[in-house]
Amino acid sequence: MAQLQYKAIIGLEIHVHLCTETKMFCACALEYGKQANSRVCPVCLGMPGVLPVMNKQAFEYAMLTALALNCQISRFTKWDRKSYYYPDLPKNYQISQYDLPLSSNGFIEIPLEGGRTKKIRIIRVHLEEDAGKNLHSAKGYSQVDLNRAGTPLLEIVTEPDMSSPEEVRALAVELQRIVRYLGVSEADMQKGHMRFEPNINVVIDKDGKDCKTPIVEVKNLNSFRALERSVTYEVTRQLDEFAETGLVMEMGNKTTRGWDDANEKTVLQREKEEAHDYRYFPDPDLVPVEVSDEWLEQIKSRLCELPIKKQMRYVSEYGLSDYDAGVLTAERPTANFFEEVVKAGGEPKRVCNLLTQTGLRLANEKGCSVAQLGIKPQDVAELAKMVEAGRVSASASTTIFEKMVETTKTPGDIAEEFNLVQKSDEGELEKIVEQVLSENPKAVDDVKSGGKKSKKARGFLVGQVMQKTGGRANPKVVSEILARKLT
Amino acid sequence: MSDELLDLNCKELRDEIAAGRVKSNAATEAVFEQIDNYEGKVGAFLSTFKKQALAQAKQVDDKIASGGPVGALAGVPVAVKDNMCTTFGATTCASKILENFHAPYNATVVEKLLAADAVIVGKTNLDEFAMGSSTENSGLKKTVNPWDPGRVPGGSSGGSAAAVASRMCFAALGSDTGGSIRQPASFCGAVGLKPTYGRISRFGLVAYGSSLDQIGPVTRTVADTALILNVITGHDQKDSTSVSEQIAPVCDYLEKIDESPKGLKIGIVPQLNEGAEQNVQKAIGKALEVYKNSGAEIIEIAMPHFDYAIAAYYLIATAEASSNLARYDGVHYGYRTPRPNDYIEVYSKSRAEGFGGEVKRRIMLGTYALSSGYYDAYYLKALKVRNLIRGDFTKAFESCDCVMMPVSPTTAFKIGEKIDDPLQMYLSDVYTIAANLAGVPAISVPCGFDGDNLPIGLQILTPAFTEDKLLRIARIYESQNQWHLKKPAVIK
Repeated sequence: MAQLQYKAIIGLEIHVHLCTETKMFCACALEYGKQANSRVCPVCLGMPGVLPVMNKQAFEYAMLTALALNCQISRFTKWDRKSYYYPDLPKNYQISQYDLPLSSNGFIEIPLEGGRTKKIRIIRVHLEEDAGKNLHSAKGYSQVDLNRAGTPLLEIVTEPDMSSPEEVRALAVELQRIVRYLGVSEADMQKGHMRFEPNINVVIDKDGKDCKTPIVEVKNLNSFRALERSVTYEVTRQLDEFAETGLVMEMGNKTTRGWDDANEKTVLQREKEEAHDYRYFPDPDLVPVEVSDEWLEQIKSRLCELPIKKQMRYVSEYGLSDYDAGVLTAERPTANFFEEVVKAGGEPKRVCNLLTQTGLRLANEKGCSVAQLGIKPQDVAELAKMVEAGRVSASASTTIFEKMVETTKTPGDIAEEFNLVQKSDEGELEKIVEQVLSENPKAVDDVKSGGKKSKKARGFLVGQVMQKTGGRANPKVVSEILARKLT
Repeated sequence: MSDELLDLNCKELRDEIAAGRVKSNAATEAVFEQIDNYEGKVGAFLSTFKKQALAQAKQVDDKIASGGPVGALAGVPVAVKDNMCTTFGATTCASKILENFHAPYNATVVEKLLAADAVIVGKTNLDEFAMGSSTENSGLKKTVNPWDPGRVPGGSSGGSAAAVASRMCFAALGSDTGGSIRQPASFCGAVGLKPTYGRISRFGLVAYGSSLDQIGPVTRTVADTALILNVITGHDQKDSTSVSEQIAPVCDYLEKIDESPKGLKIGIVPQLNEGAEQNVQKAIGKALEVYKNSGAEIIEIAMPHFDYAIAAYYLIATAEASSNLARYDGVHYGYRTPRPNDYIEVYSKSRAEGFGGEVKRRIMLGTYALSSGYYDAYYLKALKVRNLIRGDFTKAFESCDCVMMPVSPTTAFKIGEKIDDPLQMYLSDVYTIAANLAGVPAISVPCGFDGDNLPIGLQILTPAFTEDKLLRIARIYESQNQWHLKKPAVIK
């Protein structure tokens, strides 16, 4: 069969845990990894007669995120009950938002290859409570842990504006970067702070006619890898299925599939599990939320420069590569630290090199951010200036950076103490060069003869000078002297 | 001695105890003696706490002996309906599904009673999950009307009303979703108040219809209702629907109880009253005469949407109930079927075995009303009707201070008379439901007896958060007759 002309259509539903102090509707602490059912109270256990009370911090975090996603904030929003029976859902309904979500109509700008970006429209962002966890034992029974029940959960729904697994991944990563910037979520994938549910189908050009395959929703993906791979798999699977059956999208033939991580494929879920009538209705235990002008302005004032804007600014303002700008803006503390160093007079590209090559490695080893290494932005700026001025070599700067982290000494003191200051004195270096030239006549001839051997021989001579100076000769000055002597 | 004690009302008893002339211990002993004598016939309580109550009484007596300050209900023995959570005893809602449920928290109203130094003697019977108008739907016990043991005490707060009427406590708390305080109070010759929605915290009240449920007192006098209201009212951070005191300030309801409002205008809906039995109509007519004679003006008003109240109520209340009762599933607490084959059976069998017939009926009605494709036609339409009924009251209160009507179209009916005809049972709520839908306060005051010597209740309704006025209007009538002092047949 001939290669099909097609386009994938992908939308995404993302759930993000908010890192509030307490749960969405009760005062239980939000803590991960604690003993099962140790972070619960009558409210999140759904005991008789208890009532939910809205967590204002969670609502503000949700508003902040929605604003960062360019959404319109509803001035009047309410809570609804979504009914379904499952052991991890103590009340057998989830408090969520149905027809009046707290925000809608936004967009997220995602970075693509080569510094391009794409806008993906956001349909809505709303707040709800998470369920607990069912733990299935091999002994034929299940246990329920309700520590997670009642965790504030942000649901973000996009339009199906993505057309490749790479775009889907880029959106997920960008969203992680945004919520971390805003400080509303740790967005730690290992802890299940972000979960994804892509909706996927493909439009196939068949004899000049567009044929759409039925939409598939893949449930509960909790890593970028699983997200990207499941989309890739699903696009191929749908193309194959279409080639085989010719089945096209109709009302009601949307299906739900799960991701089998071990076998890297999607698996059809039982129809029964998706035949839900959630019987949404307004929760009579909670009052609607009205957002005043003052409140909205107050939340708006907490917005920061978004990572993608920062990234683009680093490229245009500082001349960094898109890649480096991406690395520096991945985490807000790193970007902030970078900006402080630049503010203290560090040349941006030098600073970028210092931070991305040495700083991030050290931070990684210590499991913290660059900002938490205990070094002063002024000292890093000073180090950058020393490199810039040729006082120390690039390789020496790595050593100095490491010593800065280990001690509280300034880069200047470290360079002196460890003899890392470059020799740039022309007179002194000229003598050494002359000595090297007299000791290596063969190499001198090779350089002078030009041709293939010339370059190698020149490198050899530079190396000899470096050896005699203990690696401290300024290579730029040495090259200049050599060039002068050997022409 | 103990009879004299039992004839005191809460206010009198509290003052006697606080003054050291009567011991709370004596009052509490008297109440338990009364319980020993009559509870077997009446069946008002699902649990009693004699030991704890006497200990509480002793504490109050000790406090008074040492000259310490005491609360507004110092040493007064009271009861609470068994759908309010208590850390002591079980909280059953008269349902098998919660028969052994022990709450780890007190309802806010229970905390407030305890803080006011009240002595809690027991928890009273009700229709299972407060669903019913006769207390016959209790899954655990049968309660009879103290005026005629062959008749129902009304419901759902039938246990509270019967306990108050038969002097087995000095006051009780009930809950009112569609008339569940006022109708049993009326059937048992007691005073029953449903306060404005939001006036009293619902925290710890096991929910039936959350947007309609409200806790209120059942007492022997209007002044006692004011006294209890003083204790239990107010904003509660644990209940988002309880109204802030800035919006609706609370006041001392007892302070001005005897100050009659001047130039009182009473609204009545004549064709509505005509729906009641002759005896009831007559008693209401006479009550209105009393008001007229004390200077009030009676005017006719229209309640154009009143007829739709029952239909709207049974959609909204059941819809909310279907969701509120979803949590009783055998998974986390409460009754669980002994040998389920899978988790679906944990749900289906636990619920099938744990809930009674009426509860199941209402869960099914509510589930249906909320179902996709039916929501707009049922639930949403009911909400619209609810708004229209609210509008009826707003309009009515532009031309009158209060509205008066019967509490129930009949006096207490016979046990078994309506239990197999749910529609007839639902229709007995015709006069009480509108106050819940509109959220306004409404009181039932004894206003005479029918030919069978069964009590009749007068219902008075006023605008939201005007309980002070409502109680003063009710007091006008009470101060001019002795109905509330009559004792029921069972304890004579």
